[in-house]
Amino acid sequence: MYDTSDIRKGLKVLMDGNPYNVVEFQFVKPGKGAAFTRTKFKNLLTGAVVERNIRSGEKLEPANVETRDMQFLYKEGGDLVFMDQTSYEQVTIAADLIGEAHDLMKDNLPCTVVFFNERPVDVTLPTFVFLEVTASEPGVAGNTAAGNVTKAAQVETGATVQVPLFIKVGETIKIDTRSHEYVERVSSK
Amino acid sequence: MQGRVLAVVDGAAIVRCADEDVRIADAPRTWNPGDLVDGERVVRAFAGDYPPPSSEVARLTRARLTAMRDRAAALATLRAFFAERGFLEVETPLIVPSPGLEIHLDAVAAGDGFLITSPEYSMKRLLAAGAGAIYQVCKCFRAREDGPHHASEFTMIEWYRPFAGLDAIARDTEALVHAVCGDIAHVGAREVTVKPPWRRISVRDAMRVWAGVEVIGDEPAEQLTTAIARAGIAIGPGLAWDDAFFTAWLARVEPAIAALDHAIVVEDWPAPLAALARRKPGDPATALRFEAYVGGIELANAFDELVDPGEQRVRFVTEQRERGARGRPVYPIDERLLAALAEGLPPSAGIALGFDRLVMLATGVATIGEVQTFAQHER
Repeated sequence: MYDTSDIRKGLKVLMDGNPYNVVEFQFVKPGKGAAFTRTKFKNLLTGAVVERNIRSGEKLEPANVETRDMQFLYKEGGDLVFMDQTSYEQVTIAADLIGEAHDLMKDNLPCTVVFFNERPVDVTLPTFVFLEVTASEPGVAGNTAAGNVTKAAQVETGATVQVPLFIKVGETIKIDTRSHEYVERVSSK
Repeated sequence: MQGRVLAVVDGAAIVRCADEDVRIADAPRTWNPGDLVDGERVVRAFAGDYPPPSSEVARLTRARLTAMRDRAAALATLRAFFAERGFLEVETPLIVPSPGLEIHLDAVAAGDGFLITSPEYSMKRLLAAGAGAIYQVCKCFRAREDGPHHASEFTMIEWYRPFAGLDAIARDTEALVHAVCGDIAHVGAREVTVKPPWRRISVRDAMRVWAGVEVIGDEPAEQLTTAIARAGIAIGPGLAWDDAFFTAWLARVEPAIAALDHAIVVEDWPAPLAALARRKPGDPATALRFEAYVGGIELANAFDELVDPGEQRVRFVTEQRERGARGRPVYPIDERLLAALAEGLPPSAGIALGFDRLVMLATGVATIGEVQTFAQHER
């Protein structure tokens, strides 16, 4: 069983027989009251989001999910296609079920696919991905007025991230898939 | 010109100076991003790409530095406010043997004692000693609190008026928030009016109107749980009275209060939530306590102080037993406080107000970490 200290994004729990994914959580504590974790859960089968306040000390039942390492093949409309590299079996997942991280997925990216009752319901990306910058304005001094020393850059998958001014088109950058944020430039050798 | 070069673009430089980030159109050609400059001179050259990973300058953005200034200004306003009203500023110990027995607060151990979760006990001893109207600005510490409105280390403003009641404290609170924020407080992008006088609602009315639950105050926990379930709020069995109450409060009342465009005083708390408040004369199911809310931020909690040493001891012993039953550390009873109560505390009212939250309201900054200079995860 999980308790509130285990709650984090991506935690899979079973509520009323349905598997849910934690998508957002917040510590709340009314004066003189117990601590609660205000949590948004996404139904892994339907995508519906419910909010519940979990009291400190309350237990959550883990969802019995299986994970398999698979390779991301390609996007097809709103779907993502993955392949098991041992069995060559392919599975398809709706992109909107996994949130904004899918725009950091490059073909052949190794991922972890989550199954509930044999059905693919979620994808975990590697924490960091390395992507080439395909478009970015050169730094514009006016934009840096409020101490804002970043600029928008587009990477090869089409995602846009904020990067420091010294980043140029053609360079490869490391991005944290949990926060969607630039981490560092990767030197090309 | 003294500061750090943030960027150099087309011959122009942006320099972070103490007050603002300044653009220099024709920057010296010797300047590179990251350099510390004094006049035209580079006093420390930065080697490599700027900003580096985990840059302090990138972390503490200009907006964060501005919030620091707003925080200092709010503190100056607050001290002038209390000085004008004849309050004495006091400093009481931060490390104490008895950090408080409130059931849902855990203290942080420090040497042979604990860091305070509130300065309340020491300040009441000062009231007994005849210190008069007093206020304090101090850090308080509560283990494992970390959220948009919570940090395990935060700044409390606490003040007491001897020979006065809750109305005087409510007026102080309204006037103080108004002095710091003006007519309008900001909750993120939302505007909330804080112009005195503030509206008031009783806890029972709030629960009836917003949650559809009738709260009596001395009913058994099971009865309250049933009433909450009947109102369509998800609630499990076997909850203590306060846990059942707050399940409904968080699900329905707090979101409704958060949506108001004006500050509100929530008063007349049911006796199980009295904490250190006196009970209402002639109505033992109700405590003389209020909470001030501004746009969903729970800003302050006030008591008409319990001054009866006998009842105080009973509450302490009950809280110790309750803490033990819930598996929480049991702290010693503050015998010096009880001795002070036995000697005689004037009838008094007092309040604790979260200063970081007040700065959030003055600036529109959405999370406590952004007004604390360094957030909890940045220590």
